[in-house]
Amino acid sequence: MMVAADKEEEVRKIGQAGTLESNDVMITVVPGKAGSGVFIELTSIVKDQYGDAIRRTLLDVVAEQGSRDLYITVADRGALDCTIRARLLTALTRAGAVGKKGVV
Amino acid sequence: MSLRRTMLFIPGNNPGMLQNGGVFGADSVILDLEDAVAPQEKDAARFLVAQALKTVDYGTSEKVVRINPLDTFGAKDIQMIVPCQPDVLLVPKVESAQDIEGVTRLVAQAEMEGQKPVQLIALLETAKGIALAYQIAQTKGRLVALALGAEDYTAGLGAARTKEGQEIFTARSLVINAAAAAGIQSLDTPFTDANDEDGLYQDALTGKELGFKGKLAINPRQIDVIHGVLNPTAATIEWAEAVVQAIRKAEAEGSGVASLHGKMVDAPIVARAEHILQLARKLGVEVMQ
Amino acid sequence: MKNSIGREIPEVIEGYGKTIPFAGAFTIQPAMNRQAPKVKSMHPGRQKVVDTLESVFQQIPITDGMTLSFHHHFRNGDGVVNQVLATAAALGIKNLKVALSSVFPVHETLIAHMKNGVVTSLDTNYMSGPVAKAVANGVLAAPVVLRTHGGRARAIECGQLPIDVAFIAAPAADEYGNLNGVQGPAACGSLGYAFPDAEYADHVVAVTDYIVEYPLAPISIPQCRVDYVVKVDCAGDPKGIVSGTTKITKDPVGLKIAAMAAKVIEAAGLLKNGFSFQTGAGGVSLAVAHFVRQRMEQEQIVGSFALGGITGYMVEMLEKGFFKKLIDVQGFDLEAIRSIQTNPNHLEVSANFYASPFNAGCAVNKLDVVVLGATEIDVDFHVNVVTGSDGVIMGGSGGHADAAAGAKVTIVVANLLRGRLPIIVDQVLTATTPGETIDVFVTERGVAVNPQRPELLQQLVAAGLPVKEIQELKAMAEKIAGVPQKLKTSDRIVAVVEYRDGSVIDVVRQVNQ
Repeated sequence: MMVAADKEEEVRKIGQAGTLESNDVMITVVPGKAGSGVFIELTSIVKDQYGDAIRRTLLDVVAEQGSRDLYITVADRGALDCTIRARLLTALTRAGAVGKKGVV
Repeated sequence: MSLRRTMLFIPGNNPGMLQNGGVFGADSVILDLEDAVAPQEKDAARFLVAQALKTVDYGTSEKVVRINPLDTFGAKDIQMIVPCQPDVLLVPKVESAQDIEGVTRLVAQAEMEGQKPVQLIALLETAKGIALAYQIAQTKGRLVALALGAEDYTAGLGAARTKEGQEIFTARSLVINAAAAAGIQSLDTPFTDANDEDGLYQDALTGKELGFKGKLAINPRQIDVIHGVLNPTAATIEWAEAVVQAIRKAEAEGSGVASLHGKMVDAPIVARAEHILQLARKLGVEVMQ
Repeated sequence: MKNSIGREIPEVIEGYGKTIPFAGAFTIQPAMNRQAPKVKSMHPGRQKVVDTLESVFQQIPITDGMTLSFHHHFRNGDGVVNQVLATAAALGIKNLKVALSSVFPVHETLIAHMKNGVVTSLDTNYMSGPVAKAVANGVLAAPVVLRTHGGRARAIECGQLPIDVAFIAAPAADEYGNLNGVQGPAACGSLGYAFPDAEYADHVVAVTDYIVEYPLAPISIPQCRVDYVVKVDCAGDPKGIVSGTTKITKDPVGLKIAAMAAKVIEAAGLLKNGFSFQTGAGGVSLAVAHFVRQRMEQEQIVGSFALGGITGYMVEMLEKGFFKKLIDVQGFDLEAIRSIQTNPNHLEVSANFYASPFNAGCAVNKLDVVVLGATEIDVDFHVNVVTGSDGVIMGGSGGHADAAAGAKVTIVVANLLRGRLPIIVDQVLTATTPGETIDVFVTERGVAVNPQRPELLQQLVAAGLPVKEIQELKAMAEKIAGVPQKLKTSDRIVAVVEYRDGSVIDVVRQVNQ
């Protein structure tokens, strides 16, 4: 199994995944204080066209994994949705924050 | 049996390559979790390939994933990748039938209900793997082809890898023979100098003449050259049609033995002719049904 | 009012004047005489060499509100524009119009001159870097005029862009004003874009750091059109003037597109003896030349000429006999300079000869095929090469619209997705080149043919090319990337995009901050 933490919603350490190559995205998740919610700091070369879509995707993944209280930094180089999902899942896993719901 | 003239490796942790892998017209794409991915990025590549399998349209290309060996990350790969419905797993460093059986068990556990069964191709890239090629080829169930990986193989032999490939002649022949004996496909090792088109052409031609049905490719630029070698010529298509006509005529006349231009047409010749016609159809050539 | 491609164009634009709406690529007919600059005399014994730019400013004299013109053959190594404008600023001159055929990052000092009123108007064919960004953000009150290379030559010749003083950056000069582009430390090759300026400006000043004994040979711009020669310490930085050898792209997607474009050319029946061709210097365009060359070699085809910006690759094709001539308005690298200097079949031509729509025939009219890029293309095949995905100016037509209008078959090549952005949109943000002059659009995932070219469509289908409707390709891209949100622009017009005939094909509006 990928991760089977007792309190899977809780982020314990900083997780980072992805690169700054074109078509990729670098995502860092940092645990926030309890109750601080999910905060996304987004820079993207396609922010005008896809900024909202990127946020939606990030929040969907976070919700699917049952995570909360995260500070997510996203440096997007034009990644497709599937790449954003994969990088966020990797970052969450590395931070120990992927829930029981499974990993994909 | 699927056409696998070309199987194009795509590095599993490269989003740009993964999203464009389907545009090059390879018969198969191999999303690579093994050699193309650094050990500390295995998890990232696994997520990426899983997402790519679920969302990227690879067109007519068959979706193959090269997993890691079972003694490293292979089990984790299978667990996450198989439910994402790849067509085939390429299993590296296979050295015995047990290796394939081990993968087969894990794949069966990971498959979802109703999922199209995931097939396997064994990559033989050690002296032991080559020595046991026939035993491996006979593994029942999911195995559809043997592929040769000559770089690791020659390194293990202590032989220098050359453009001419004299040092892998025996390995090539053993792989082709073992696969043919077991009724599965044989696939040739990649030509590793992406800039040498003439060298690739010669190497692909050598493989074809020995009996390989396809070739691994490490760069999209190699695809057209390999297809150029493996595609049938007009003369071969005519010959294949004549063979099939001869055998049908013989069958219609109730004779088990057909002949063409005075030579007997036997089962292997018919199989070869049918393979050529299948290729021709795939290429959009109008041939007899 | 709307022009014939549905773009909203004001009848009058402040700082530009009354507009002529674009009405089709070959609609407008000229009805004027050519511009006649001042007639000069030069008595024996008088000198043309002047020690400083200040001195030239005073002798002419250059005053507030004049138009100063410059060429862009020094590209990002240019030192002349900055030195001339610094002189103007030091002398307290205001309200200048700068007519510079292309603006590069090296011209960043323009921004300060714009802010302090030395320069209040800009006329160009292409702009990239900080100046483009500043213009897009509204640094000038008057909109910039964006022309095509042929359109600039036309505007000068027709008197629509009158030039008071042309400053010609000259790699080599003699003391009596003969100029060429092939000698000296700032050698740049062809001086094609400077020819109209030399021909039609009231005053012509050569600026050089390399003066040779009279007479200079070869002569590109002759003494009879040059009034002054100014020697400066450094006219340009060779590193920014010539590029290294442009390499064919290694990007497999780019190669796939290029290979497909070459197949389109062959399928259209154009790859035969006498073939004429233009392609850009970018990696993908060059790769098209590479695949075309392969087929020419296999089929033993000898082409007539290659046109446009010339690279070492084209020189090699000339020297190996794939083309009989090169027609060169601009050279990009040292090989192009060497060749134009030594090979009589490598012709130096003016912007006017190359692409002006209003003369007795320009070279683009003789093209079989041109391969062009795009930052956006719409479902009507209109192309944008002016504004980027953020709405900011990052380029310009250059010869894009000219070559598209002239060639028998115009092929636009581009990745269906640039990063995440689909290249095909319902309506391009800025129309540069009208769809009626674009025949085929080639991407890695298929080829779209302009519906106005049914016979070409048949040829490509018959050749087995993956032909698709442009709408189908657009849907394919949006399925992969999602539908992009549209940019919002304000009403403020920061640039007027003129078609090659001087009509207004579109305007660039400032992006909302």
